[in-house]
Amino acid sequence: MRFEGSGDYVATPDLMLAVNAAITLQRPLLVKGEPGTGKTMLAETVAAALGLPLLQWHIKSTTKAQQGLYEYDAVSRLRDSQLGDDRVQDIGNYIVRGVLWQAFAAESPTVILIDEIDKADIEFPNDLLRELDRMEFYVYETRELVKARHRPIVFITSNNEKELPDAFLRRCFFHYIKFPDKETMQSIIDVHFPGLKKALIREALEVFFQLRDIPGLKKKPSTSELLDWLKLLVAEDIPPEALQAKDNKVAIPPLHGALLKNEQDVHLFERLVFMARHNR
Amino acid sequence: MLIDFFHHLKASRLPVSTKEFLTLLEALQKHVAGHSIDEFYYLSRACLVKDESNYDKFDRAFGEYFRGVEKLPGLAAEIPEDWLRLLAKKHLTPEEKAKLQSLGWDKLMEEFRKRLQEQKKRHAGGSKWIGTGGSSPFGAHGYHPEGIRIGPESAGNRTAVKVWENREFRNLDDKIELGTRNIKVALRRLRRFAREGASEELDLDGTISATAKNAGWLDLMMRPERHNRVKVLLFLDIGGSMDDHIRVCEELFSAARSEFKHLEYFYFHNCVYDHVWRDNRRRHSERLPLWDVLHKYGPDYKLILVGDATMSPYEILQPGGSVEYMNEEPGATWMRRLLDAYPHAAWLNPEPERLWPYRQSIGILHSLMAGRMFPLTLDGLERAMRLLSK
Repeated sequence: MRFEGSGDYVATPDLMLAVNAAITLQRPLLVKGEPGTGKTMLAETVAAALGLPLLQWHIKSTTKAQQGLYEYDAVSRLRDSQLGDDRVQDIGNYIVRGVLWQAFAAESPTVILIDEIDKADIEFPNDLLRELDRMEFYVYETRELVKARHRPIVFITSNNEKELPDAFLRRCFFHYIKFPDKETMQSIIDVHFPGLKKALIREALEVFFQLRDIPGLKKKPSTSELLDWLKLLVAEDIPPEALQAKDNKVAIPPLHGALLKNEQDVHLFERLVFMARHNR
Repeated sequence: MLIDFFHHLKASRLPVSTKEFLTLLEALQKHVAGHSIDEFYYLSRACLVKDESNYDKFDRAFGEYFRGVEKLPGLAAEIPEDWLRLLAKKHLTPEEKAKLQSLGWDKLMEEFRKRLQEQKKRHAGGSKWIGTGGSSPFGAHGYHPEGIRIGPESAGNRTAVKVWENREFRNLDDKIELGTRNIKVALRRLRRFAREGASEELDLDGTISATAKNAGWLDLMMRPERHNRVKVLLFLDIGGSMDDHIRVCEELFSAARSEFKHLEYFYFHNCVYDHVWRDNRRRHSERLPLWDVLHKYGPDYKLILVGDATMSPYEILQPGGSVEYMNEEPGATWMRRLLDAYPHAAWLNPEPERLWPYRQSIGILHSLMAGRMFPLTLDGLERAMRLLSK
């Protein structure tokens, strides 16, 4: 099994190599990067390209590691015991499988996405060390050991909100998706909008990278925001000339609300444009 | 294999571990990477570096180590003279080119070859993975001659050299907050779990005993979820001599912000007087009387003061001693009021502990705090948290 990129996702060579290393050595791949650089998309793309089922586990601040393995539904068992249901004799009927168990029990290899692991409690990654390393865990209720039939391909994404423990990091491959340069961005846009006018793309990219260079922006616009913005430009049928600032006037790019998501950023930007117009 | 490389990384202060190194070897054994140095670079980075703030360090270390190896593959006798000539032309620096003209080709070639041989000896251990090791230096695996490089001018389009010598991650190196995890782990000692608020969680033990009491009829018992109940008042000294400690204070602050749900923070300058403030930019317009703070937050709050306690003793002991304004009562009085209101208190001092005896003001505050002053290090933080959680 080898991942060679796919038609609708532009993967750089270093990313491809990291993914292949994770697939070959069957170890988790930890992906970090600015929001909107396609971390979650990566797992979906790899699963689709390899033709494997994708199991997603989205982490919230209240998520416990145990929930990824299994949960014991005590309430339904108590209820059934009142109704005299026969199922109640077997505790196994009340164990709800989590994402990891589903993947371990699957007949074919699977892809697991553990999304935004940094959102959980600080001890969360430590609680998954053995599960991700040996790909097995023990079910106390039924006294059985669940072992993976096929080691799943695990993708873990993080937004850097919390640092992850060393012991956890040592068990993963790591890749940082850096912000795409102009060439890569061009190919990303080509993939998403094959028919887009070249002139519009060039002007839009120009504006976009200038916008990213403004110092002091709270949230820099990312790839996914650029794609949204292009979608809007196309939908509104804005000509490429509208993005240009020929007559020495600094133009506010149309529909810039799609790129700047923070009120302070919009203010800062408008102020800069205003200043630039007056001191030219 | 590659043990020197591993040690070189270690010596460059990269946090690499043996397990990660073994992973790299395993990956090489399974031919994850092809035989180009680019791919080896990407692979070793994915295996060994786990934080993008270390990417730059890794790039530098990799560059240092492989500066020799790139021009390694068995360059001894069989190279045709004109290849070398071509190479040298392509990769020599202007100075060397000038020297070349004055020395003449043959002598220079001699030196060139000698240098290559030296390189070979020094890095022989790493030769396996690059190339054939056979007859042709640039042969079977498509290793491009442009990888062989002497001057800093690189002709390569996408050679490995370019990739790591770009040092694209340079600005990531210091931007990311380092070490907050350790601080958070230390602050965890202050966790005090309690069940408060709405009942949302099933109380299994309670349900079983209630059901039993109910003669077998199901009686569900719910209970509130566990929350960290500890409440913290954080007083931060800001400005002046504290500017040297901004980084560690920021780390502490960001760790505390995310660790405690009930955290109230205030700023003061040098010593606590009758006013504190919440926003340092508006410190003169939006001041809070300390009395209000004392009345608003009950004694169950734990008090943590952060400051270097370095000032003139008058600023603590004399009325009107403050450097900022005319204070009617001395700082010591306000400190005592604070400590009376909050019996659980600690002072964290970013100044190294060994300097404390030489500063009179630290001594005064140390005794005002009844010895509860700790250095702002992990160890000091742990001691302070242990004291506060008693």
